[in-house]
Amino acid sequence: MATVIRSETHPGIRSYEEVNRDVLKLMSRPGRAYFILLAAILAVLGLGIFAWMVQIVLGIGMSGLINPVGWGAYITTFVFWVGIAHSGTLISAVLLLFRARWRQSIYRAAEAMTVFAVLTAGLFPIIHLGRPWIFYYLLPLPNQRGLWPNFRSPLLWDVFAVSTYLTVSATFFYIGMIPDIAAARDATTVPWRKKLYSILSLGWRGTDREWKNFTRAYLYLAALATPLVLSVHSVVSWDFAMSIVPGWHTTIFAPYFVAGAIFSGLAMVITLLVPIRKIFGLQEYFTIRHFEMMAKLILVTSLVVTYAYATEYFMAWYSFETPERHVFWNRLFGDYWWATWIMILCNAGVPILLWFKKVRTSIPALFVITIFINIGMWFERFVIIITSLAQEYEPWQWQNYQPSWVEMSILLGSFAWFFLWFLLFMRVLPAVSIAELKEVLPVPLRFGRRGARSAGAHGSEEGRGNE
Amino acid sequence: MSDRKGSGLLAIFAEVDAACAAIEGLREKGLRDMVVFSPTPRHELEHALHTPEVPVRLFTLVGGLTGAGSGFALGIWTSLNWPLITGGKPIISLPAFVIPAFELMVLMGALSTVVGLFINARLPGARHNVVYDRSFSAGRFGVYVEPPAGREDEARTILRESGALEVREGPEEVRVGTL
Repeated sequence: MATVIRSETHPGIRSYEEVNRDVLKLMSRPGRAYFILLAAILAVLGLGIFAWMVQIVLGIGMSGLINPVGWGAYITTFVFWVGIAHSGTLISAVLLLFRARWRQSIYRAAEAMTVFAVLTAGLFPIIHLGRPWIFYYLLPLPNQRGLWPNFRSPLLWDVFAVSTYLTVSATFFYIGMIPDIAAARDATTVPWRKKLYSILSLGWRGTDREWKNFTRAYLYLAALATPLVLSVHSVVSWDFAMSIVPGWHTTIFAPYFVAGAIFSGLAMVITLLVPIRKIFGLQEYFTIRHFEMMAKLILVTSLVVTYAYATEYFMAWYSFETPERHVFWNRLFGDYWWATWIMILCNAGVPILLWFKKVRTSIPALFVITIFINIGMWFERFVIIITSLAQEYEPWQWQNYQPSWVEMSILLGSFAWFFLWFLLFMRVLPAVSIAELKEVLPVPLRFGRRGARSAGAHGSEEGRGNE
Repeated sequence: MSDRKGSGLLAIFAEVDAACAAIEGLREKGLRDMVVFSPTPRHELEHALHTPEVPVRLFTLVGGLTGAGSGFALGIWTSLNWPLITGGKPIISLPAFVIPAFELMVLMGALSTVVGLFINARLPGARHNVVYDRSFSAGRFGVYVEPPAGREDEARTILRESGALEVREGPEEVRVGTL
């Protein structure tokens, strides 16, 4: 008889088979609510597409961009979505290297979020171009006269960083999913699903050779993704920090942006997982413990972000540079005071609540707090970009910027685009890692704990026939 | 090993230690040519099988170095192609080229890791008439062995005695039509 031992992280799950049943059930029979949600999302996406078409037909003047504010809501939203992406890689790759025992059930959803957030972010530089059909000017390709883009420019670095991030995170996402797609293939009876999973699972059978190579390859991919995720938001921050614009030209931008990215991304993971947990009944999988661990990470990154805010103001004061001092004074008490105070309140103020265990273990409280953080982090980028540009160099040039309805509709549309991908993903691919979750479940044993040790010992009973 | 013929025995286990016992029993008798199936990677199985290290890491290394080298090469070559001084920086500004080089290192390192995985794990594999059982992706462990002629009984006894739920024999029983 197999001994029944409960898992530490998932005490409610009893067997390997139960995982397959529960996870694969998510993908079958979408209810009416699903289609209503899908329709609502498509409507918002339609609004965004309409606004973009208006901008393409009538020109970039349809946005609120003016001189000197050449970067507005589009770049803000780009940085916001790239930031959202980061926590997915943190959970899937960094926590894998640290062997955190609480990442297994949530990492697939977080990783999906990464891929879809980068997909969303990648649209914004192209929308921002105004003439999206010549987007290939961004790529490292020579033009008609054989001239190459400038490799010393942070904007080109950004192209390298973001496109690498999209490719590598999508690869990591797919490779990690192959064994689970195989599990879906073995369980499904729907013909189109059978066909799809059969192709996507590449004939995976879970043999010893496959697993050995898979676990090694997965480890190396995680080892590559970990420095990548740190580099991506550093490079994004250098889009600003490499310039001499007051408020941007600072060395703390890279770590400041990376911490902010992980902060906002973890908040988005919680915002997404709370309704998913409720709707799909995944309480055994996304446990309070998972939420609490994420809340702790949010608290840490919130403190880093708060520290970075304080450092910025300190450096402006201590440097005795009039323009720097002016920009930071203007942020707090100028025309955009409201945006700055939203940012400080949401990112440095609200997360203070997470010091209390009661709050960290309350799902509704976390849901509300993370929505505040999402809003606050969008405003952080808005504040950094707009306040610095609006009062950039010469006072006679100064002008304030207001996002137009086109920019706001495209921002809304980007959320719809992101949620659309996520909703489709939930129904087509396994949203919880089946194979990896089994690593934290007790393994079925015939001879009990002691027997297992001798049966699986490091070659203690090597036979005569051994080389 | 080649498991395409399907002429061997496929034992199905509910427990990992039973599968390990079967693997060790077979190895002791010199029947080392086997394929083991599991729903999740287990170190116990790897230890029982004495699986050697796999060469995927070489692919990662070579891919990463190629990427880093080509990133630097691209930056240097394109700058020399039109040697225009901008911002008072040298034509070959290596610190600036570190970033494209780093990103290409990660990109090519990751893609070649995948190539290494596919080559070494034989993926994409055959999808028709392969030795398999659909319960392997859910919770069962499998040991497939093709003993030399005349030793089938011996192998069957080892598999049964280590606690197999069932032992299947012959291509009809051990293979599935289409994955």
